[in-house]
Amino acid sequence: MSALNHKLLRDLWRIKGQAGAIALVVAVGVMLLVMMAGMLSSLVETRAAYYERYRLADVFAPVTRAPLSMLDRIAEIPGVAAVEGRVQGGALIDMAGQALPVRASAVSLPAHRVPKLNAIYLSEGRMLSPTRTEEVIVLQSFADAHGLRLGDELTATMYGARRSFRIVGFAMAPEYLFTTAPGEFVPDSARFAVLWMNEEALAAAYDVEGAFNEALIALERGARVEPVMAAVDALLDRYGSLGSYERADHMSDRFISEEIEGLRATAVVVPPIFMAVAAFLLYIVITRLVQSEREQIGLIKAFGYTDWEVSWHYFKMVLVIAILGALLGSVLGIWAGRYMALVYQKFYHFPFLVFRVDASSLMMGVSVSVLAASAGSLVVLSRVFRLTPAVAMRPPAPMDFSRSGAINERLKNWLDQPSRMVLRRIFRNPGRIFGSVIGIAVGMGLSSAQMSVLSGFDETLDLTFGVIDRSDVSVSFFEPMPAKTAFDLAHLPGVIEVEPTRGVSAVLRNGLHTYRGAVTGLVDQAQLNRAVNKDMSDIVLPENGVVLAKPLADILQIAPGDTLVVEVLEGKRPVLEVPVASIAETLLGSPAFMRMDSLNRDMAEWGRVSAAYLRVDSDQLPALYAALKEMPSVAGVTRREDARAAIETLMDSGAGSMRYVMVAIAAIITFGIVYNAARIAFGEQSRDLASLRVIGFTRGETAFVLLGELAIVVLLAIPLGVLIGYYLFFLIAAGFSTDIYQIPTTFRPEAYGMAGAAVIAASVLSGWLVKRDIDKVDLVATLKTRE
Amino acid sequence: MAKDISNIFSVHGLTKVYGEGEAAVHALRGVDLDIPKGEIVVLLGPSGSGKSTLLNIIGGLDRATDGEALFEEQSLSTMSDRDLTRYRRDHVGFVFQFYNLMPSLTARENVELVTEIADDPMDVDEALRLVGLGERMDHFPAQMSGGEQQRVAIARAIAKNPTVLFCDEPTGALDSKTGRAVLHVLNDVNAKLGATVMIVTHAAATAAMAHRVIHFADGAIRSVETNETRLSPDEIEW
Ligand SMILES: Nc1ncnc2c1ncn2[C@@H]1O[C@H](COP(=O)(O)OP(=O)(O)O)[C@@H](O)[C@H]1O
Ligand SMILES: [Mg+2]
Repeated sequence: MSALNHKLLRDLWRIKGQAGAIALVVAVGVMLLVMMAGMLSSLVETRAAYYERYRLADVFAPVTRAPLSMLDRIAEIPGVAAVEGRVQGGALIDMAGQALPVRASAVSLPAHRVPKLNAIYLSEGRMLSPTRTEEVIVLQSFADAHGLRLGDELTATMYGARRSFRIVGFAMAPEYLFTTAPGEFVPDSARFAVLWMNEEALAAAYDVEGAFNEALIALERGARVEPVMAAVDALLDRYGSLGSYERADHMSDRFISEEIEGLRATAVVVPPIFMAVAAFLLYIVITRLVQSEREQIGLIKAFGYTDWEVSWHYFKMVLVIAILGALLGSVLGIWAGRYMALVYQKFYHFPFLVFRVDASSLMMGVSVSVLAASAGSLVVLSRVFRLTPAVAMRPPAPMDFSRSGAINERLKNWLDQPSRMVLRRIFRNPGRIFGSVIGIAVGMGLSSAQMSVLSGFDETLDLTFGVIDRSDVSVSFFEPMPAKTAFDLAHLPGVIEVEPTRGVSAVLRNGLHTYRGAVTGLVDQAQLNRAVNKDMSDIVLPENGVVLAKPLADILQIAPGDTLVVEVLEGKRPVLEVPVASIAETLLGSPAFMRMDSLNRDMAEWGRVSAAYLRVDSDQLPALYAALKEMPSVAGVTRREDARAAIETLMDSGAGSMRYVMVAIAAIITFGIVYNAARIAFGEQSRDLASLRVIGFTRGETAFVLLGELAIVVLLAIPLGVLIGYYLFFLIAAGFSTDIYQIPTTFRPEAYGMAGAAVIAASVLSGWLVKRDIDKVDLVATLKTRE
Repeated sequence: MAKDISNIFSVHGLTKVYGEGEAAVHALRGVDLDIPKGEIVVLLGPSGSGKSTLLNIIGGLDRATDGEALFEEQSLSTMSDRDLTRYRRDHVGFVFQFYNLMPSLTARENVELVTEIADDPMDVDEALRLVGLGERMDHFPAQMSGGEQQRVAIARAIAKNPTVLFCDEPTGALDSKTGRAVLHVLNDVNAKLGATVMIVTHAAATAAMAHRVIHFADGAIRSVETNETRLSPDEIEW
């Protein structure tokens, strides 16, 4: 090995602490990049493969009851590649030992052939035998959640009739990656089931023999979806079409798309932050190194090494750090990605999910990271390049402190000598101090913003279940019922208060902008399920018109005073024109609120309710559940606590869990910067500090000179960190908010307090580490070397 | 103008000004000088008189403001940076007052740093033996005394078989005994390798070992004398 490479290795070894810290920052950045990018492409590819292998439909067209002959008509529509008709309906499963019935979707499978579309992946057991009507295949995740086994009996209520089934298989399906009960938007494996049954049996149960109530349509490659949907709707209109919708509007696909978009956004934003921090750290470390090795650089050049050779020598050091970090990061990234793939597979119920990063994108990511991390050092290296040997060989002039002259006079009177030394250093070199201040502030801003987001999620939950939904139990009906049904609930055991509500699923339209959602009708001055603004004030519902949530108004590009077109997807499917009364800042979902009576009036359906919120005496819950189970009109019963637990699980798994990692990582970055700043100040001043000790300063006084600077840097950084955190929080909150949930952007002092405390803790720790080194300094040796 | 090929350096009207305007420092004020090959040349003069500046310029470390410096008939002033680098790499060895060893390299590696890029280097061990450091080759600078460090520096400077060896106050930081040992080595390098050796010093007694003594003052040459008889370093008063 050449002598210069020996020098390289020993220099690296000498700064191993700092080099290691920087390499770690690079590693974390690359790890996140590899993990997220890999996860992203794995998810996208797996989803595509899963959809394709199990032939997921491109268009779903629910109807009330259409004759099978219509399927041939649909198949003739230009652009349609395949059509399948099936029967689908809601069911309530009576789980043994459980008070509440569980909602389920019953879905038909053709008896004598494989389904042309929406096939299932049988994970255990066997397919249905065509002649048996009592056999069911159950969604794997539901079976797991309840510990069901093959051969178990299952009792379900379908269309008012109780029936018994035997489980012959467990399955997964691409349309149930994400299972939510109709009308809910939080997945919960335990509270929603899918039952696959023979078509004949199901058609009999739902009274659609010789007919279908959902058409599945696959498009030809390259066919446009809108004309096909329009043609299907036209064909099925007189059979009670509920309006076809495309795959992207299917709940399951929508959720996974949100997840993918969230990953994509994070993958774009987060790793570059780490690269920037690594570049900054490398920059200050290399600057310091080059400064202290001025003479060596001059010397090597004096020997006849070229400018390129010398610069390359130092650049190699940067490269070694960056490449080691990148390699470590790649390994960690692949490892973490594999783990994350398992989490995702379980969470999204994929039958398979292989984490894959292709070599070329790995190489690309690594080299981009290395380049980015070393970009800052190139500035320093250009200085190495330009340094002429004669200049380098001359010892640098003692730092000129005359610039701080005016201040000196004023300081003299009320500061002791060590304090003056601290202040003079700061005024002498404001640029360097500024760099450290910025670095620490960014680290702190990052962690405080992340913590704000975390408590923002918590607040959303608290508000949703403490302020917005104050009921104990909600009951939904299969179809809109007379208001009397709801008020009858008041006579059930334990019910204290009943509040009816009317939800209407609809396509909301403003010109070309549409949103498939619902209009929620609330009673005037609702108490159990309220419409509230972000600031917790009641949204006043006008006599006429609809109040839209902000994200919904953004999607529809609509403003108060405009007219919203509501294409109702149930009953007689009227198309309503409703004026937009106002826009509200809500937290959860993208609701459109109306007064229940004005919604019913517009629908020309007086006094209809679709659900009711109950306040109940918790002691009497079992009796209440038992009574509800007996009511044929009840489609589902949800306990508020169960819903809350489900949301918490949702937010803590998948990409949501990344937030915790981010907080930890931001803390590491902050510590890295603080520690580096302390070490560098120590390196620059070790001679001066030794001199102080020689002339009689105590260890404590000497440490003060060094750590005083650190203290000032930290004190300056904290307010700046609060500011950065505040704006970063808005950015992150906007990035994380979707039309499904929003993060409230209220100022959270506790997040900033904690981040500030973390910075101070990091400083104390760094100060302590460096002080140990000050105490160890060998005075004679330090003074003998000339630096 | 006829040039004497036996001169390794020819310097004409060499001027060096640092800074500008009122702050300008005239470090060299028109130096004319011829230095024959193979001599030991001692530069004497008070501190700040421009000795290091001259050495730096003819050593290819720095450029003159005006005037001309020729090395074996080639003008250093008109050389490109690349050529100057080549010149240093192929012909010049440096020894400095503060040794300037790489602290992170052992004695042997410090020498190798130079032999690796030289055309026709001597054996590293031999160079170290020449300066009497055969056994301490694997020590780091921090583990050596000042005299030993300076001898490593000399070994490093001679290991490339330089045409010319520049020594800027090589004994400045050493006691008389080690200083003398260092001068011995320089004398040997001149005698055995035939290198031209230029030594800057303000220890006037050193002049006794030189072929030629140049007195410097205020950026110019006061006088040049040649010694009829030279003393060995052992005989020099310290
Ligand atoms: N880079 C520089 N900038 C300004 N003045 C310089 C610089 N280098 C040397 N000098 C000045 O040039 C003069 C000659 O310096 P130098 O050649 O080092 O003297 P010597 O080596 O004889 O002690 C001195 O006055 C010195 O202050
Ligand atoms: Mg000098």
